[in-house]
Amino acid sequence: MNEPNPQRKTVRRRIKKMLPVISTVSPVGIWLLVLIAIPLIYVLVLSFLSRSKDGNVEFAFTLTNYTKLLNPDYIQIYLTSILIAFFSTVICILLSFPFAYHMANGSQRKKTIMMLLVIIPFWTNSLIRLYGWKTLLGNEGVLNKFLLWTGLINEPLQIMFTVPSIILGMVYTLLPFMILPVYATIEKLDRTLLEAACDLGAKRVKAFLQVTLPLTAPGIFAGSIMVFIPSLGYFFVSDLMGGGNTMLIGNLIKNQFYTAQNWPLGASLSIVLIILTLVFVRIYTLIGGDLDDLGVA
Amino acid sequence: MRTMVELTDVNKYYGENHVVKNLNLSINEGEFLTMLGPSGCGKTTTLRMIAGFEQSSGGSIKVEGINVEDKEPYERDVNTVFQSYALFPHKNVFDNIAFGLKMKKVPKAEIGKRVNEMLAMIQLEGFERRMPAQLSGGQRQRVAIARALINNPKVLLLDEPLGALDLKLRKQMQIELKRLQKKLGITFIYVTHDQEEALTMSDRIAVMKDGVLEQLAAPDEIYERPRTKFVADFIGESNVFDATVALKRNGVMTLQTEPGAILAGEGDFTVGEMVHVSVRPEKIKFSERTSEGFELVGLVKEHIYVGSVIKSIVVLPDGHEIKINRLAGDYLPPVASVAHLYWEIEHAVVMHSKANEIYSMIDNIDWGGQNE
Repeated sequence: MNEPNPQRKTVRRRIKKMLPVISTVSPVGIWLLVLIAIPLIYVLVLSFLSRSKDGNVEFAFTLTNYTKLLNPDYIQIYLTSILIAFFSTVICILLSFPFAYHMANGSQRKKTIMMLLVIIPFWTNSLIRLYGWKTLLGNEGVLNKFLLWTGLINEPLQIMFTVPSIILGMVYTLLPFMILPVYATIEKLDRTLLEAACDLGAKRVKAFLQVTLPLTAPGIFAGSIMVFIPSLGYFFVSDLMGGGNTMLIGNLIKNQFYTAQNWPLGASLSIVLIILTLVFVRIYTLIGGDLDDLGVA
Repeated sequence: MRTMVELTDVNKYYGENHVVKNLNLSINEGEFLTMLGPSGCGKTTTLRMIAGFEQSSGGSIKVEGINVEDKEPYERDVNTVFQSYALFPHKNVFDNIAFGLKMKKVPKAEIGKRVNEMLAMIQLEGFERRMPAQLSGGQRQRVAIARALINNPKVLLLDEPLGALDLKLRKQMQIELKRLQKKLGITFIYVTHDQEEALTMSDRIAVMKDGVLEQLAAPDEIYERPRTKFVADFIGESNVFDATVALKRNGVMTLQTEPGAILAGEGDFTVGEMVHVSVRPEKIKFSERTSEGFELVGLVKEHIYVGSVIKSIVVLPDGHEIKINRLAGDYLPPVASVAHLYWEIEHAVVMHSKANEIYSMIDNIDWGGQNE
């Protein structure tokens, strides 16, 4: 009789034990590997390669892509981009906090309605929604026509294709990503703490500054990451709302891949953007933020 | 004795729910008053109305004779110790305790001094920099008390402050709290559903049920002379009989219950009135023969030895189970034998019955002369 080797038996038993885990986790694992990990590694490798004269990628190691990023023209773009992202984030915070606060403190019915208001816009593509602003605010748009008709102005106001209109577009597109994490932290806030603060002599404003704000800061920070980072990269907002007059980091990356046919340079820009994101996320976890809250949207 | 807190005809509605009903309560300076009752009896709501977190739906709440109805919580000379402690999780022990003084803009040096005094009082010196999450339940509890007391409130409100602690710690904290209250002379209003806690700590107990104040008295009186069936049942163990007053003679009332006649001391009751009679287990005695005036006969179901006390259960003919606590050495009939029960007449507490009110209401209804 041929007794099976005991060692092989344990291996087989172990595989059998792991089978449910393997079968449930591997689809997601493969998905992440093929669609996220491999492309990321590809971009990373690409950022260290050279561009040949005819625009192809040459397999020769170089750091020039990263040194080129310090070009003054580019730095100007980074600054504009960061400025736009900064203002978009601040405006999002100012708009979201009261909204999320009322949503968290409202009745169940109010909560549902407000949540729907946040979610329904997702049902339409953001590009199409952005086009809507053109009809509203363009030179031939509804607002300008109305103002001309009332005689308040003599020629159309230039609202579209300016930096403020880009910020408007960013805020409009990214607001839900601020509302949701802010809402999550306000919802979690123990109301007794506010009562305790009030009991101990804190008036409304003091109680807000001493208790509500510090305890909801992780939510605000989480929302800021989710607004700030995309604001640097959402080239289509700048294209539609800025009419191509203003370049963002996102536009720059897009141009390297399309127009300029310089994939390695575009890749190095992308890597810098990713590192920047990771730094922010790290700060977020350091100040006590919960990574799960980042995934709320 | 000066009145510190006075509630007059206080009512509270949540929508249709009438959670506090015509509450009248006056609390003396330096008193330890406990509001005791099952959950949903309105005791916490009452506390929150005194603190200012809830607006009463009617009536007046006065602290030191001044109506506080329109005052915000921070304008009232009362502080609260919350059930969940409500320590600020993002502030350390020092900043938690100092919070009230900081809000009052007390100079830094004085804050430091007073916080240190508080830390000494609650025996948590050296814990200044700890965060609440790094403290044990008992320590958090003490920080919560210190945070409230540092403001020198006239009244300290405590909402089931020991509920989250384990039994041993709870007993210890009960004694500590009582000692603290004696030492500081501050009025404590204490909410709990634990009758033993109430009996141990209080100067007076306000027993509440369904938003109504059932009885307000010192612990011994609450225990010895419960005024309603609910109080008799809720505080300690009790045997409650439904009875009718049959006879009143020479300061003794004969009461007819379903299993037989019993005796009690005379009180403000009329012959024929329906009443409740409460007798504590330790007051009931076994007898071999019928005792004068008592017709209670039952079957001894079991004896349970609990150290110094023997708990017995006797089943009456109507199925009613009577709890009896006897000391070891007292006469005990054997299990499954027939026993006669009696007590000293002063140990039976007779209470008016709600049923009697209802019947007399029916008697007094004007049926509109249809019968004529």
